[in-house]
Amino acid sequence: MSDRLLDLRNVQKRFGSVVALDGVSLQVASGSVHALLGENGAGKTTLMRIAYGLTRPDLGRIGVGGTWRHFRSPMDALDAGVGMVQQHFSLVPSMTVAENVVLGTRLPFRPTVIRRIVLELAEKTGLPVDPDARVETLSIGAQQRVEILKVLVRDARVLILDEPTAVLPPQQGRELLSWVRNFCTEDRAVVLITHKLEDVRAVADAVTVLRGGRCILTGKTYDIPDDTLVGAMLGAPLEPVERVVRHAPSGPPILQAKDVTLRDARGIVRIRNADFSVRAGEVIGVAGVEGSGHRELLRAVAGRLKPFSGSLVLPQRVGYVPEDRQNDALLASLDLRQNLLLHDAARRRGFLRWKSVERSAESLISAFDIHASGPRAAVDTLSGGNQQRFVLAREISDRPDLLVAANPTRGLDVRAAQYVLELLGKLRDDGMAVIIQSNDIDELLETCDRILVTHAGRVREARPDRDLIGRIMVGAA
Amino acid sequence: MSAILRGHASTVRFLFGGSVVVVLLGVLAGTIALGGFPVGASLQSLVRGSIGSPDALLSATFVRASPLLLTGLAVALSFRSGVFNIGAEGQLVVGAAAATFVAIRAEQWLDVWTVPVELAAAAAAGIAWAIVPAWLRRRFRVPEVITTIMMNFLATFLVSYLVRGPLQEPTRVYPQSSTFAELARIPTVHPMVRLHWGFVLAILLALFLGWALRHTASGFRIIAVGVNPRAAEETGRIDVDRLTWLVFLGSGALAGLAGGIEVGGVTYALYDNVSPGYGYTAIAVALLAGLQPVMVVPSAILFGGLSAGAAAMQRDVAVPAGFVEFVQALIILALLAAPHIVAFMQQRLARLQAVEQQGAR
Repeated sequence: MSDRLLDLRNVQKRFGSVVALDGVSLQVASGSVHALLGENGAGKTTLMRIAYGLTRPDLGRIGVGGTWRHFRSPMDALDAGVGMVQQHFSLVPSMTVAENVVLGTRLPFRPTVIRRIVLELAEKTGLPVDPDARVETLSIGAQQRVEILKVLVRDARVLILDEPTAVLPPQQGRELLSWVRNFCTEDRAVVLITHKLEDVRAVADAVTVLRGGRCILTGKTYDIPDDTLVGAMLGAPLEPVERVVRHAPSGPPILQAKDVTLRDARGIVRIRNADFSVRAGEVIGVAGVEGSGHRELLRAVAGRLKPFSGSLVLPQRVGYVPEDRQNDALLASLDLRQNLLLHDAARRRGFLRWKSVERSAESLISAFDIHASGPRAAVDTLSGGNQQRFVLAREISDRPDLLVAANPTRGLDVRAAQYVLELLGKLRDDGMAVIIQSNDIDELLETCDRILVTHAGRVREARPDRDLIGRIMVGAA
Repeated sequence: MSAILRGHASTVRFLFGGSVVVVLLGVLAGTIALGGFPVGASLQSLVRGSIGSPDALLSATFVRASPLLLTGLAVALSFRSGVFNIGAEGQLVVGAAAATFVAIRAEQWLDVWTVPVELAAAAAAGIAWAIVPAWLRRRFRVPEVITTIMMNFLATFLVSYLVRGPLQEPTRVYPQSSTFAELARIPTVHPMVRLHWGFVLAILLALFLGWALRHTASGFRIIAVGVNPRAAEETGRIDVDRLTWLVFLGSGALAGLAGGIEVGGVTYALYDNVSPGYGYTAIAVALLAGLQPVMVVPSAILFGGLSAGAAAMQRDVAVPAGFVEFVQALIILALLAAPHIVAFMQQRLARLQAVEQQGAR
């Protein structure tokens, strides 16, 4: 097994009565990019958390570079050369990039030394970062590079990336994948957790498909056609995506922005002199590369960011699905009833009527097919996809005039994503205005009537044309 | 830090299930034996001094529990909203000083209103002492853990100065205020016991806070902000800075009130060390209660009883009160570790079951 850099054998893991992994084996050859494909809840992340020592398997063996290992913690895994970048980053926001990278290593914690080490590492690995920048000021893409450097500074030979492209706009996603390709030299390997076929096609040498905690399929990527992969992922053939029929917006404008300028928390101007309006019964897309101002634009139309100047007229009731749902939309340790109350917490007065809240939570659970043990289930016992569905359900439950959603399908499997997009179309037909920001242009093209593209602080309206939007995003039009 | 504190609701149920008392007595007995004191006599004295008689309960345990109850509520309330007010000690002693000022200087013309005004002054002083760290937190994001501790030292030295200066008794011999007149004293619930109405007030406040956190919109906002301030602001559109500011001041008011009740109902005078660290023990009281206001009542009574019993033990058998403090510290350590130990054991169990199943195949 010399060429098997990472070798997992018959790994089993149960959480309570739920079998997360039912005897999964995985061999990753050195010099290869190995994609781990599967729907939400297939066990991809659990398997890799075990390889990284974060979760201890109930049964099974872990081999790295030809020796069997026993990981008690990620420290052991890192010592053995296995490092993982999780989907949710674990950086210290108030510390600098350099400090974050060396935190927990045995390197001396002297500013000049660590600065040099991080600069050299960034140079060597081709991951550009500013060692002196504080992490809280960085874009998601830059934070991801810091996370990768954190692993590489410990000389990891096996790099595990958990859905790395999910958080990135398309261009940066492609850049990351080509970086992965270059990183994978003779004595290294990358495991790429994903549920995007395009990621697999773009970079993976080998692919393993998990479903329901079992290994369904494994082999060389070029041997396996798309249909086979999709079939293995879903277990049943997928219906073709229904293209939403566009119609002319009928309602009056419910949102009007005139000469709006937005500044972020640090006072930096992110959107300059924007003019646009949204009518009832329209789906508007927002597209933009990282740092182009789309994030601030979205928060502003959701009423979460007050314009620095200009006039922004918003409807009374706005539903909002923020980009970072775990941190911005949910009280993880509290139950669904309490999370339902969070929706209009500031406006509530007087006493709480728990019985009626419980009934509302129950009806959301059944109407949106949320897998939860009941209204009293804590949010952190729900899977990511169900949390997402819950947030969306909550935000549209009181029939707002406008729904603002960032990456509404992020982290969802194919089926759930399709469901959400269809739902948004239905809401539009019922006269709700919908604003969606997405990193997936095809998704916007499928669902949106008009698209607002942000580039370097300017907002431009574009018709749904892939080429045109792409060119505006990168500043070529 | 808040994440560490929140996992304890289930341990609280376990601890108050009775097993805690048994474990506690066992540990205490072992400690006393190691110290070379007679175990039987010591424990007997501890129990007699705390819960052994109606008088022990009403004149010692409940009396000592009163300031712990109010400061425990102050800590629990602030921790629940994510404000780490470690300054209950300082807020308590300035509250005591303010109450003393009213009791001594204004008793003649306030007449029957002396006690209410005295307590209001105590609460106001607690707020005033909390305003400084609260403002520093809101305006400059200065961590309140540090500023409130610093304010504790200032408060202690302020009282030291007052009892040797403006508030010193007329003969100018002792570093303490003159004794409160009858009108300035909080009445006892019965002429034969030392327990005063302040204890009842504290229990009512605990019940009210417990109810309000659970059943009012404002209470829910406090919990939401404590669990996840970002989501509270971004999704709930709660003004987090304003809410935590108000909770901080409310917490200060409760701690200040504790000081007023202590001088008005127990000591009837202000002196150095008017608080033997109530504000610090309050943190343990609140943690043991799982930060739940209603559970602060039994928690404060437990600590009050331990402290009353310790005093009796020292008096009767000459066992230093430090032994009891040692055991109190053990409770806190066990409390913080318990959820992690339980989680570890569950994980072990799951592994064992999997291995067994494998063997059965």
